[in-house]
Amino acid sequence: MTRPAARSSGMAGLLLALALFLAFGKLLLPEGLIRPPEWLVQPFADWINAAFYFLQNDLGLMALTRAFSDVVEWLLDVTANLLYGKSRWPDIGPIPWIVVAATAFMAGYALKGWRLAALSGGTFVWIALMGQWKWAMETLSVIVVAAPFSVFLGLVMGVLAWRSPRFERILNPILNIAQSLPHFAYMIPVVVFIGVGPKAGAIVTIIFSVPPMIRMTLLGLKRVPEEVIEAGKMAGSTRWQLLSRVRIPTARPEILIGVNQVIMQCLAMVVLASFIGMPGLGQKLLQLLQALKIGLSVEIGVTIVLLAVTLDRLSKAWALRLPEHDEPSARWLHRNRLLVIWLSLCIAGLVLAQFVPYLHEVERKQALSVAGPIDAAMDQVIRVIAPVTAWLRWFLITWVLIPMRDAYLWLPFTAVLALLAAVGWAIGGLRSALICLGYFGLIALSGWWDRAMITVYMVNISVLIAALIGLPLGIWAARNPPRAARILLICDTAQTFPSFIYLIPVIMLFGVNDVAVVAAVVVFAAVPIVRYTIEGLSNVPPELIEAAEMSGATRRQTLWHVRLPMALPTMLVGANQSVMFSLFMVIIAAFIGTQDLGQEMQRALSSTDVGKGLVLGFAVAVMGLMTDHLITRWSEDRKRALGF
Amino acid sequence: MKSARSMFASAAVLALLAPTAWAEDSTDPIIIPLHNWSSQIVMSHVVGDVLKSKGNAVEYVTTDSQAVYESVRLGDVSLELEVWEGAFGASFDAAVAKGGIHAAGAHNAVTREDWWYPMWTKEACPGLPDWKALNDCAALFATPETGEKGRFLGGPVDWLKHDAEKVDALGLNFAVVNAGSAAAIWAELGAAEKTKTPIVVFNWTPNFAEAVWPGEFVEFPKWEAGCNEDPAVGMFPDKTYDCGNPATGYLKIAAWDGMKDKWPAAYATISKVSLTNAQIAEMAKLVDIDGMEPEDAAKSWMDANPDVWNAWLN
Repeated sequence: MTRPAARSSGMAGLLLALALFLAFGKLLLPEGLIRPPEWLVQPFADWINAAFYFLQNDLGLMALTRAFSDVVEWLLDVTANLLYGKSRWPDIGPIPWIVVAATAFMAGYALKGWRLAALSGGTFVWIALMGQWKWAMETLSVIVVAAPFSVFLGLVMGVLAWRSPRFERILNPILNIAQSLPHFAYMIPVVVFIGVGPKAGAIVTIIFSVPPMIRMTLLGLKRVPEEVIEAGKMAGSTRWQLLSRVRIPTARPEILIGVNQVIMQCLAMVVLASFIGMPGLGQKLLQLLQALKIGLSVEIGVTIVLLAVTLDRLSKAWALRLPEHDEPSARWLHRNRLLVIWLSLCIAGLVLAQFVPYLHEVERKQALSVAGPIDAAMDQVIRVIAPVTAWLRWFLITWVLIPMRDAYLWLPFTAVLALLAAVGWAIGGLRSALICLGYFGLIALSGWWDRAMITVYMVNISVLIAALIGLPLGIWAARNPPRAARILLICDTAQTFPSFIYLIPVIMLFGVNDVAVVAAVVVFAAVPIVRYTIEGLSNVPPELIEAAEMSGATRRQTLWHVRLPMALPTMLVGANQSVMFSLFMVIIAAFIGTQDLGQEMQRALSSTDVGKGLVLGFAVAVMGLMTDHLITRWSEDRKRALGF
Repeated sequence: MKSARSMFASAAVLALLAPTAWAEDSTDPIIIPLHNWSSQIVMSHVVGDVLKSKGNAVEYVTTDSQAVYESVRLGDVSLELEVWEGAFGASFDAAVAKGGIHAAGAHNAVTREDWWYPMWTKEACPGLPDWKALNDCAALFATPETGEKGRFLGGPVDWLKHDAEKVDALGLNFAVVNAGSAAAIWAELGAAEKTKTPIVVFNWTPNFAEAVWPGEFVEFPKWEAGCNEDPAVGMFPDKTYDCGNPATGYLKIAAWDGMKDKWPAAYATISKVSLTNAQIAEMAKLVDIDGMEPEDAAKSWMDANPDVWNAWLN
């Protein structure tokens, strides 16, 4: 280690003392040290609006974005016609559901075998029988355009960043900010430049899903071993061949994770993008929630999860498939038997659908539904646990949330800044202290300090509760692998399940107040904690555990002194994600009713105020970036200490 | 059977209209906006189906209910079937001032929005709907977060309903808690119903909620012009907002200025559209209570009320 540890902790202590002094001496402080004085607050929103106005009108960027969106719209019209029969070129749709289901089934079979075939075919049968066909196809018609766009854009940008370190240096901070900006902040500029409707939905989905693809492409290309490239060069490849035939195929595992992330992000946007006019499952879900039809909303949630799982598995199987080489002597029919089976199934389906309308489209009246039992179960649960939630609500509000919130709001902003600088210094020396100061200083300058503090308080309490639930659960699950697999599956489902569905039950349980918000956020915040605790604990080298057991450590001692310290760097990644997820969810929880940055962002979206929306978005983003910096820094130190 | 009947009906309409010279309507689709509440969606489909039966091309687009007036003004969207005075009057007036949009007709309905309670609340506080009685019962509505005061669940802050000013002006022993969305209000009502907890919330009519949870508006001092701006008007001489909201707001139909020339026949039809509170609530009920899809609800409503929409065609 290069920095002198003793001096840095001394400085951190000094800063902490300053923070305490500022907090306890609040009464003696001048007004300007308690809240940012008026002359300090900068009109960031006006600057951004002016910049956008310039881009939009003087620079004519509008023409460019409209041209791009016209291309997207044309593609969307084609898929919309094929999948749900919108009256646009080529005017041949809609394809009967039985044909789509058969296609999905065959794709699954060709890529992996019967199990995947059953999953992908079954997903589409479920969608059709539940009467959600049209909505699901509206959603898919956007995703099948947006996802390939994102993958392609991500690959190109990733390759560019890999070729030019300067481009990478520019791109990196942009990606950092992009990945920590709340979704609503993106949407406002999109509404201005693109308008509303399916194309805006597609473009917001592309913007949101492209960063992980860029990251993973870059990472993959960097990891290609030198020997492989040598071999390629020796075989006489040109630069293009080296890239397309050697580097990218070798980087396939990372690129695949990128593709997978793109698909997951696309499905995560299904509901949010419907705020700017994306039709389909998301919009229907919001309408149903609006009318308190929880059972029907859950059905749609299940569909979204099923679609995510199916697309995820299909894309993974496709990418992992090794090329098969048939004997050249084999007959054409034999070599292409799957293709032939698929084509005959499609024709059979098309013909059948002509005679049996049920196979063409299942009308809502004929649809199956499990909404009744779900609603009844919800009802029962609410009735049974009402006394518990009433008590919990009273306890949390009176003894935890209101005091905590008042304390956060009471603190002078200078004390908070000094405290953050102290934490930064303790973890990463002067540089980290300055980063913390810079990030939160920006919030102070933006003039949204009080609201930002409310956001911080809600994220803090939520992550705390999530850790109290998630850590023991993760440790318990990691004890045996089948159990761990089951819990991880639950985590995946909870994460893919549209977040809006959680909002209504928590209001019914707790009412419109901070307890409901915290409860909804905790669901999301706990998932990464559980997941990374399990991963960290399961990946502790077995030799170490054996060594500990041989030296006579009890199970508890092994856990506390060997497994947990070894797993800590991984668990910190979980904590980091947990903070990110909470930040996003707190913003969405504005729909319950909050007084934080999210509420203002919702207002900015409804009045399409780009400047205000982005300033609020950046305020949330810097909170995420600061946490990310501190945790990454700390986890690297831990790793180094463990000798990784 | 039902669809056969409506097909027969539209065929009959077509046959009747065929000789008249409607050909001047443009073949471009008429764009009808849909929002996030069911009566508006069903009504849009009813009018869309009527226009289609006349041979017009119709397309639907989902948009924000405030931003839509800007779209109508620019001609991106052709019309808007539910302009609520209380909720959208300001956006509509602003768009009218900029030009390009006008009121093409009005429904025979009144809109009202104010403090409201479901019937089970009245059992706990029998003096209702009088506002003084409500104030005497304030303790019934107390919660941990409002302390001694009663809790009033208002709409989202950006609906700008001045509930806090009303509490102050009338000296109500209530604290205003703002929900983040309409759905949040319904969720609380749904939960309160299960335990029959007294509750007072912001609500409006026509609306599906009145069919799910029968209830009444709180009767505040009657609204008079100027009572929100002029302290002298209203119950207390030194307070603004010392009255309820207007109990009879308008519900208009807005159209793009260019519609008259581009689709004159369709324009003539929509300017005759006029529905009553009961009819609008019925449309919402078909979707929100009976669980129909808006498209099916529109067909079913048209089958049940042929006289109403036939009148728009002459």
